[in-house]
Amino acid sequence: MSLGPIKQVIGRAVPVPGDDIDTDRIIPARFLKCVVFDELGGQLFYDVRFDSEGKSIGHPIDKPQFVGASIIISGDNFGCGSSREHAPQAIKRAGFNAVIAGSYAEIFFGNCTTLGIVCAVAEKAVRDELMKAVEANPAAEMVLDVEGSKVKFNGKEYAVDIKPNAKKAFVEGSYDSLAELLNGLPQVRELEKTLKYSFV
Amino acid sequence: MGKSLFQKVWDAHTVRVLPNGQTQLFIGMHLIHEVTSPQAFAMLRELNIKVAFPERTFATVDHIIPTEGDARKRPLADPMAEEMFQAIERNTKENGITFFNPETERQGVVHIVGPEQGVTQPGTTIACGDSHTATHGAFGAIAFGIGTSQVRDVLATQTMSIAPFKVRKVEITGKLNEGVYAKDVILYIISKLGVNGGIGYAYEFCGDVIKNMSMEGRMTVCNMAIEGGARVGYINPDETTYAYLKGKPYAPKDWDKAVAYWNSMKSDADAVYDDVVTFKGEDIEPMVTWGITPEQAIGISQSIPAVSNEVMAEALEYTGFAAGDKMDGKKVDVVFIGSCTNGRIEDFREAAKYAKGRKVAAGVRALAVPGSYNVKKQAEAEGLDKIFIEAGFEWREPGCSMCLAMNPDKLVGRQISASTSNRNFKGRQGSSTGRTLLVSPVMAVAAAVTGTITDARKVFGIGG
Repeated sequence: MSLGPIKQVIGRAVPVPGDDIDTDRIIPARFLKCVVFDELGGQLFYDVRFDSEGKSIGHPIDKPQFVGASIIISGDNFGCGSSREHAPQAIKRAGFNAVIAGSYAEIFFGNCTTLGIVCAVAEKAVRDELMKAVEANPAAEMVLDVEGSKVKFNGKEYAVDIKPNAKKAFVEGSYDSLAELLNGLPQVRELEKTLKYSFV
Repeated sequence: MGKSLFQKVWDAHTVRVLPNGQTQLFIGMHLIHEVTSPQAFAMLRELNIKVAFPERTFATVDHIIPTEGDARKRPLADPMAEEMFQAIERNTKENGITFFNPETERQGVVHIVGPEQGVTQPGTTIACGDSHTATHGAFGAIAFGIGTSQVRDVLATQTMSIAPFKVRKVEITGKLNEGVYAKDVILYIISKLGVNGGIGYAYEFCGDVIKNMSMEGRMTVCNMAIEGGARVGYINPDETTYAYLKGKPYAPKDWDKAVAYWNSMKSDADAVYDDVVTFKGEDIEPMVTWGITPEQAIGISQSIPAVSNEVMAEALEYTGFAAGDKMDGKKVDVVFIGSCTNGRIEDFREAAKYAKGRKVAAGVRALAVPGSYNVKKQAEAEGLDKIFIEAGFEWREPGCSMCLAMNPDKLVGRQISASTSNRNFKGRQGSSTGRTLLVSPVMAVAAAVTGTITDARKVFGIGG
């Protein structure tokens, strides 16, 4: 709950091309059988990373030049489907701190923000150029400037969009809202009395 | 200037605007299940925080529970499933939360249990750690799918931090042709508006087709709002809604007062919407998906369209179908009737009507999985179980079953399933190469008895 501000994310990037990458793809349902999130990092993208014998089939995040990357670049509607927080948890536990995509499914976006994973939106032309530049120079670090809504890579700057609410929360370090919600509990109890329904 | 139901419910539940600019929104009713709640309780324990309003949370177990009688005996054979089961038993007991468990015969898929217990009511806000929570919008509730951190927030404060939505009125005029069902309506809408068309929106479904739909049908429509990107979908409550709710265990005791409140929360005639789209009910035919997103759906008479984007190409590579193919005639290996989309009594009644006296085709495995104990008991009281069993279906115990394969019900290898569930994502039904074709329950029966995707209206002589 007491989390540090996130003004920028610095790290190597990995292109994970494709639109509509759903949360079943990010973390297949069978890995949801857990009561803690600890093991999820190794199961990220499992069914598109490994064959039936568990051997790598060359998913971008397993390519030697991208191992250790901390920023994912992907397509439209990233994180669609199930509300499972296991998806952003897997992303975070696999070492990723930011995603740059064309758009996000809402539940996924909210889950990421709460966990401090920055979800930036970039136009297709920008993503295509970034993907190419990263492929050509995978060892170079990318800087995602949260406050300035831009990406710096290889001496060039690219505009990205970060939702104002999320940006404010990252910069202030207030992206996990529980502490603030708890502060409002007296008002919550007042509002409850005005509701026209109850279950007792 | 009038307000929509969404705005009225939002206003009535707004505690305050948070410093981060979002709304602290009160959640009138919270549903939990075993998959997305244990971590939330663990977080609370770590922070030494108590559940603020335990009487406003209700629990069940659905995703991991086996649907074969003997396999449900405790401890469950899968130790991880057993641990999750025990976690929700312990967490509900320790926090004084009502648990609709198998012993009380009130267990079932969370989105089926809420409505049948009567805790899903008009004019309320509802949250559940499950994306299909929009189902409850069928009653004129504003219902949000949430992640586990938000489950924690709701347990700790009965509120969550959320930004308001735009509202799109989705009107379906006229009437449906015979043999066309709620499932076809929502697949049609998603095929037109896209899987991300609803991002940022709540969908208000309306029009004569919706007005004349049963509560079961309305739940099917709202259930899949999220598949169109809309986190919230809802329908204004009316006499159909009230008739369904009356007599349910948690229905309000002061009925007249409740109805007055519900009526007051309906969208005003002059409500302002951010967007309006209209479809004609007559244009909809039985639908079937051909790809890896619910948007990739066509009418049974249509052909798979030419590839116009990367996801379509990826889908065809995965499914092995080709642009120009009809789905009519495609062989299926498995048929699944059930899930929070189509696991209600009306779904089984309609399916049984056509399964009666027929046989599941050789080589096809067919499952009929009631969504809850209530559905199962009602179906058995009407003799529907016997119809399915005689036709060669497996008649199962309640749970999520093959919708997402977190339990023993799974596809194997490249199997193709005709499924009444909600997602045809890659690997969704438990095999990383398995293929899912989403259809209505009656289309599923047609697939079961012919062994192929086929127009149920022709097989069963509906409307002809």
